[in-house]
Amino acid sequence: MLQSKTIETVVGLFVAIGLGALLVLAMRVSNLNLADFGNENGYEIRAKFDNIGGLKVRSPVKMAGVTVGRVAAIDIAKDTYEAIATLKIDKRYNQIPADTAANIYTAGLLGEQYVSLEPGGDENFLKAGDEITLTQSAVVLEQIIGQFLFEKAAEGDEGGDKGS
Amino acid sequence: MISVLRGLGRAGLGFFERLGRGHVFLFYSLLGVPAGLYRIHLLLTQVYMAGVLSLVIIVVSGFFVGMVLGLQGYNTLVDFGAEESLGILVALSLVRELGPVVAALLFAGRAGSALTAEIGLMKTTEQLAAMEMMAVDPLKRVVAPRLLAGVLAMPLLAAIFSAVGVYGGYFVGVGLLGVDEGAFWAQMQSSVDFHDDIMNGVIKSFVFGFTVTWIAVFEGYDTVPTSEGISRATTRTVVNSSLAVLGLDFVLTALMFD
Amino acid sequence: MDTNRGSEEPLVTIRGLSFSRGARKIFDEVDMDIARGKITAIMGPSGCGKTTLLSLIGGQLRPDAGSVRVDGLEVPQLSRRELLQLRKRMGMLFQSGALLTDLSVFENVAFPLREHTGLPVPIIRDLVLMKLEAVGLRGARDLMPSELSGGMARRVALARAIALDPMMIMYDEPFAGQDPISMGVLLRLIHLMNEAMGVTSIVVSHDVKETASIADYVYVLAEGKIVGQGTPEELKKSPSKWVRQFMDALPDGPVHFHYPAPAYMEDLLSGEDR
Repeated sequence: MLQSKTIETVVGLFVAIGLGALLVLAMRVSNLNLADFGNENGYEIRAKFDNIGGLKVRSPVKMAGVTVGRVAAIDIAKDTYEAIATLKIDKRYNQIPADTAANIYTAGLLGEQYVSLEPGGDENFLKAGDEITLTQSAVVLEQIIGQFLFEKAAEGDEGGDKGS
Repeated sequence: MISVLRGLGRAGLGFFERLGRGHVFLFYSLLGVPAGLYRIHLLLTQVYMAGVLSLVIIVVSGFFVGMVLGLQGYNTLVDFGAEESLGILVALSLVRELGPVVAALLFAGRAGSALTAEIGLMKTTEQLAAMEMMAVDPLKRVVAPRLLAGVLAMPLLAAIFSAVGVYGGYFVGVGLLGVDEGAFWAQMQSSVDFHDDIMNGVIKSFVFGFTVTWIAVFEGYDTVPTSEGISRATTRTVVNSSLAVLGLDFVLTALMFD
Repeated sequence: MDTNRGSEEPLVTIRGLSFSRGARKIFDEVDMDIARGKITAIMGPSGCGKTTLLSLIGGQLRPDAGSVRVDGLEVPQLSRRELLQLRKRMGMLFQSGALLTDLSVFENVAFPLREHTGLPVPIIRDLVLMKLEAVGLRGARDLMPSELSGGMARRVALARAIALDPMMIMYDEPFAGQDPISMGVLLRLIHLMNEAMGVTSIVVSHDVKETASIADYVYVLAEGKIVGQGTPEELKKSPSKWVRQFMDALPDGPVHFHYPAPAYMEDLLSGEDR
């Protein structure tokens, strides 16, 4: 029969190892970074899109490829039926020009979608509650195909008139 | 023909009767859990028996499973030029599915069968009856601490399994097969979501731990008090809890990863 | 602490007890009285339900019909809590001792004290040592049950059964499979418990000689009924065929030698396997 002290120590060690494993999983394996905890101090700006495509809450917001924030919420504007994405930007990046454009791109060929901010040249910076006016919606595959087919059909109709 | 039907009916009724007994058993055992928390030493001993003694098999299996994932994953991904995604493959497979499920199956085989045999033996040698005659409720003293210990130990074991497995995959993928180390971790970290993947995996392992331990303790308590009875009960524990884990895994996955 | 002496009321009264297991009727309207402060023996051929009787008295089984009263309390009707309280006043010695295998001898005897009394550790220690001394095993206190012989295990179990100073002790086949010396020891202990502590004792056994030597009153059970009762002297002279077969250890009598079977010659000649 093992001593109770030994058992207590060993079990404590076991629990510590287990929790340690969980920590490893959280920190090294998952996308939980400590920066996210600081994101409570981010500021929120809005951007309206015709179509957000596959953008989700917690999708990254990048500028020049660097993640500067995350999508906090996605709603629909009641009057214009556009999508409104609320972007939470880390407070470190508080010098984003007011005429910055927001586009929705896809990471890689099959990757997830993210918001890319292309800075403008305005001297005023975006503050909490501001709205980005220059936006480009996500590319929807069906629309491109439809457009392509339509153009091809139009070319065929006009015979040899239009130059190639 | 009629006898077949009668047999089926009897088997069905017997199944439901056992199910009912199992639930009544669970109810009274759960009533004993608060008292079990009070007797910390009993609980610690059981966590030792269930958790610590399972560490070796969990760590070794986790490492091997991770390595196999690394190997097989690489072989498949390299055809698409996507071997840099190996980290994602290994991590998601482990954290979402293999960690909780395989750890639960191993737990059922090792700790579950041990629990059933122990309690079955206590029943056979009249120790449980002796406790009853001494006005001590065996459900409170013997079963409740073991139930609690299983529920606590299982998620820890599953986390250890997954963590060790990821490093196993790393060892094979990056160490042996030359996948880029930075890509391995970076892609993994951006794709594995803490809430959706890891926490769901933890929830799964809680559910599995509860189920496996419940089945193990009940089979032991309900066993026919002969050596043949114990051997059949132990087999039933392993089989039934394995099936339950796999079935619950499907349900939980459908609910979580929809 | 209960005093058993001076009270004429039987400690246990059983009236009209009926109990069946499956199709077999184990008890068929049995009436019994267990006198306080005395040693009552229950004997009978194997399988007549003697151990079941102890389970019924202890409330582990419920009778199909009839009443089982212990110290005025109707056992089958007690609530869980009341039953628990009653059991603290009963001690039971199982056939195999039924010691908890993961605890040492000392811890086994201390078990009921630790579970049911809030006594401080030094007092529990003294009590345990006293009980172990009474059964002659104080020196074995640190051994594990697996290291004990059968006889020693039973003695430890006895020490455990008296840990809470119960009003009655039930002995389930205490002499089964014991060598003569161990038997002598156990006999002495049972006698001692009864004499020194006034504990009512119920001994279930089929060892006629040993049991008759210490019992104050004997019941002989067979086929669900009482086929003989009385003091050991009365039974020795009893004309009942059942009692005679039992007391004189006759191989054939009311308890048949042959298990029911079809006629012998027919069975041999038919050559079939049934």
